Amino acid sequence: MGTGTATIATPGPGNRAWQGSVAEGAESPLSQFEISTIVPIDLGGVDASFTNASLFMVIAIVAVTVFLVGGMSRRAVVPGRWQSMAELAYEFVAGMIRDNVGTEGRRFFPFVFSLFMFILFANMLGLLPYSFTVTSHIIVTFALAAVVFLGVTVVALVKHGLRFFTFFMPSGVPILMAPLLVPIEIVSYLARPVTLSLRLFANMMAGHTMLKVFGGFVVLLGLLGFAPVLVIVLLFGLEVVVAILQAYVFTILTCLYLNDALHLH
Amino acid sequence: MRMRKPPPDDLDTRLRKAREELDRQGWRGPRGPRNASFGMALEVAIEMVGTLAVAVGIGWVLDDWLATRPLFLVIFFFLGAAAGGLNVYRRAQRISGVGRDGDGNGDDRDAGSRE
Repeated sequence: MGTGTATIATPGPGNRAWQGSVAEGAESPLSQFEISTIVPIDLGGVDASFTNASLFMVIAIVAVTVFLVGGMSRRAVVPGRWQSMAELAYEFVAGMIRDNVGTEGRRFFPFVFSLFMFILFANMLGLLPYSFTVTSHIIVTFALAAVVFLGVTVVALVKHGLRFFTFFMPSGVPILMAPLLVPIEIVSYLARPVTLSLRLFANMMAGHTMLKVFGGFVVLLGLLGFAPVLVIVLLFGLEVVVAILQAYVFTILTCLYLNDALHLH
Repeated sequence: MRMRKPPPDDLDTRLRKAREELDRQGWRGPRGPRNASFGMALEVAIEMVGTLAVAVGIGWVLDDWLATRPLFLVIFFFLGAAAGGLNVYRRAQRISGVGRDGDGNGDDRDAGSRE
């Protein structure tokens, strides 16, 4: 796009080859994931520029804040539409924590709620035309998942101390099996941040790429282009569901990990 | 001027009738794409590939550190495959509701009944 394209590459190894095969004038379906610098910032050799990704994260946070603060500003006993939506979001996450973690999980409500609202708004904002989907970059989702993973591990270590390591030994298993099962459990535990981030990233990137590919068909087919438009309408509906569902899945898995940390099953 | 519309039923009785009808058909809430096979396939693929990649990465680093190139790579490849399979198995258990209560599908039912 612009002149100041950052060093971060777009996802997909075959990006250049793909661009070559597309008809002239058509954009690559992956160009929507390109990072472009808005305000270059250099912190001692580290590229900390304000990019379009940063911009959309800021927009997501501002939108969440406006949504919640604006909705609750009237504090009516009988809520209006806006206040109802804000309360619904609150109660949805509160119920999720109550059902999956229990009363001990209430202390972590602010974190889980922020996480849910941020991912939800980032996903939904990405569906607007000309916008940028922050969660379609694995580094963003991995950072979120890493915070969850490290936080949950620290919580478990603080609460249970060294007894935390009994988590890796499934109960009711003969001791002879331990040398095999303990490494499997450790690998499975260490894989959590990777699978957690990969799930959100893959869903968002696949959906947005698919939309762009069908958008390209509309251009290529000319007058027959109405057929892919119908598909895009359906796909877009699916993408809205996926955007909400993946925010939900990320949050519910955070709750389950938190439950494991607090109760060590 | 004639009334075209039939007199409006009491909303409560109409709602009750509709709910009974749905209950009779065994309707259990909307079937989201979570039950769809494509979503499931993606889930399984991510779980297995992610776990395997992490395990192979651990093996690679251990080999670099201890200078035993193929040994830990091979060991952790199999451990990763096993752990990936285990994760998929646990997830499938949770979705089909075999495991503990309050996980997986249980949340959907709760969300519906709170309304």
